Amino acid sequence: MLEIKDLHAVIGGKEILRGVNLSVKPGEVHAIMGPNGSGKSTLSAVLAGHPAYSVTGGTVTFNGKNLLELSPEERSREGLFLSFQYPVEIPGVSMVNFMRTAVNEHRKYKNLPQLSAAEFLKLMRDKKNIVELDSKLANRSVNEGFSGGEKKRNEIFQMAMLEPSLSILDETDSGLDIDALRIVANGVNKLKRPDSATILITHYQRLLDYIVPDVVHILYKGRIVKTAGKELALTLEEKGYDWIKQEVGE
Amino acid sequence: MQNSILMVRMKNKSKDKQDKVLSGFTSGEYKYGFTTDIETDRVPLGLSEDVIKTISLKKKEPEWLLEFRLKAYHYWLTMKMPNWAKLDIPTIDFQAISYYAAPRKNAPKSLDEVDPELLNTFNKLGIPLHEQGHLAGIAVDAVMDSTSIKTTYKDELAKLGIIFCSISEAVQEHPDLVKKYLGSVVPYTNNFFAALNCAVFTDGSFAYIPKGVRCPMELSTYFRINASGTGQFERTLIVADDDSYVSYLEGCTAPMRDENQLHAAIVEIVAHDRSEVKYSTVQNWYPGDKNGNGGIYNFVTKRALCKGVDSKVFWTQVETGSAITWKYPSCILRGDNSVGEFYSVAVTNNYQQADTGTKMIHIGKNTRSRIVSKGISAGHSQNSYRGLVKMSENADFARNFSQCDSLLLGDKCGAHTFPSIDVHNQTAIVEHEASTSKINEDQLFYCNQRGISTEDAVGLIVNGFAKEVFNKLPMEFAVEAQKLLQISLEGTVG
Repeated sequence: MLEIKDLHAVIGGKEILRGVNLSVKPGEVHAIMGPNGSGKSTLSAVLAGHPAYSVTGGTVTFNGKNLLELSPEERSREGLFLSFQYPVEIPGVSMVNFMRTAVNEHRKYKNLPQLSAAEFLKLMRDKKNIVELDSKLANRSVNEGFSGGEKKRNEIFQMAMLEPSLSILDETDSGLDIDALRIVANGVNKLKRPDSATILITHYQRLLDYIVPDVVHILYKGRIVKTAGKELALTLEEKGYDWIKQEVGE
Repeated sequence: MQNSILMVRMKNKSKDKQDKVLSGFTSGEYKYGFTTDIETDRVPLGLSEDVIKTISLKKKEPEWLLEFRLKAYHYWLTMKMPNWAKLDIPTIDFQAISYYAAPRKNAPKSLDEVDPELLNTFNKLGIPLHEQGHLAGIAVDAVMDSTSIKTTYKDELAKLGIIFCSISEAVQEHPDLVKKYLGSVVPYTNNFFAALNCAVFTDGSFAYIPKGVRCPMELSTYFRINASGTGQFERTLIVADDDSYVSYLEGCTAPMRDENQLHAAIVEIVAHDRSEVKYSTVQNWYPGDKNGNGGIYNFVTKRALCKGVDSKVFWTQVETGSAITWKYPSCILRGDNSVGEFYSVAVTNNYQQADTGTKMIHIGKNTRSRIVSKGISAGHSQNSYRGLVKMSENADFARNFSQCDSLLLGDKCGAHTFPSIDVHNQTAIVEHEASTSKINEDQLFYCNQRGISTEDAVGLIVNGFAKEVFNKLPMEFAVEAQKLLQISLEGTVG
């Protein structure tokens, strides 16, 4: 589904990704862990097509298409979803308008008819329950005045609405108390499908207690330096990242 | 016609020709930029007593109106152009303008006699002069250059005693009403452009709603500038008698020309006891091209007098056009308990400049006013809100609430707010809120990531920002205004 080969990317003249290789198949959950500044968030931003980063080398194939040639909105319509570490506030734009525009753009891309207002509101009601968001959500502006936990739940809600084939969750656990973490993780688990995949980007083992990964990668200095099963996360929790540094020869 | 002389010369118009040709192409977003090829009757360039007498004669005006014009003209001669606004106004040569241009084959009795070219023009603009079609149920007075072409639904309205016609016709048919109210809200001494308008105004609309009548349809005037080298100086007068109600719409467009054309209008509204007047404008004059060449200079004086007790006037404006906009629709709240409200969305892009706002003058007791102003600036434009709230000595328990929000797109534009508050009564309450925000790259990327294109994202954000004002517009206008906003801002981000 996703095939990253020797990906290099820079921001402001500084090379952050220095040859990332990663292969994700349908149905899989991958966790990408690593110390601060290793390039985890850059990887998710580059995959989503953030204009601040430029790709200087490598290839990314997503569902058979050259991902790097697509605009950010096309990547979304192709089924790539990014749950933001810091969801952006858009004052004046109600969630209902925002989501309706997004859902209908996705449908247009797939040559499906637009949803009527009634159909859309029903869909929104159903999906809201997955992350236990309250019903006033529809009329509030996108993320405006949301608490940290609400913002993250809102990300998962949007994921539920758009039904992506690949979801990248960028530090979705950061800033969440234990109850919110459970709600978010349950939401993600409920949305898992055999034909969809998830990439979890996280510092901590904590999230992986709730969403169990098939594969754990360690990203360090812009490269994936170690790949193993879910037990790798536990080793990291126990030993920290120092041993990795030694292993790569520093 | 040999009059295609640049009416107003830009101070520093040094763009080479190729540049101009290119920019002509790139400013193709303006939908209404076509011209109508039609024979035009004009007076020679320049302004003088003779020109005013000629205009007055052409319009077969009574003596008192000529006197009114000449008084205003002589007063105007003593005045200087105002320079207090935050506008960079190139020198305007008032002797290089033709003050009267009218389609030659006019004065039709029925629609069949209207020049088909004119009908076509208004059809292209989506303004039906037939009393049917998609805007059926709205009475239209269509004004091209200096004259009214056609007023629809006149007979039907007349059955209710409502007078709706061009102001020229009103001068002939209802001289007492016109004489009584013309200049009673905006005296010719009010300001430079008002004095000029009083001297040379050519046409516009007149509406009178008799006592106790609720006008059953929207009244509207559609202004179109067509001829080059002319200005449009229209005059609108609306009188709402006791216990009456009317909703009035105004729309405007002009061809794309690389000269600047002057539009200096006056709108006067008189609201008697317990009457209610809603006045909505969608202003879409040609704004000039991407480099700031051409466009309409829009200097307009609009003022309502809430004369009677419990009278109400609502101004709603969506300003997207014009190279320069100078406009402050105001309310004089004289009647006790009278209400004035002002809702505005002003959009500036490229090199457009807007200095707009309102004045709420509280004179009566318990008078209330509300101001909601939304300024959106993009490109290299400058967008200013200027407002005055005055609480006079007798305005016991008067209240005002003002809210001025600015939205910036990009970092080369400016938004400015100049509120002034003048309170002479201890019991009056004045509140003012202001905010400035910017559409940033992160917001757009967030929308993109959800599958929404940048253009649609800007549309969503801008419409969200202006929603409160759009909600005040009549339905058909609100939809139109939203589309217009999107077109005006096309290509501003990304």
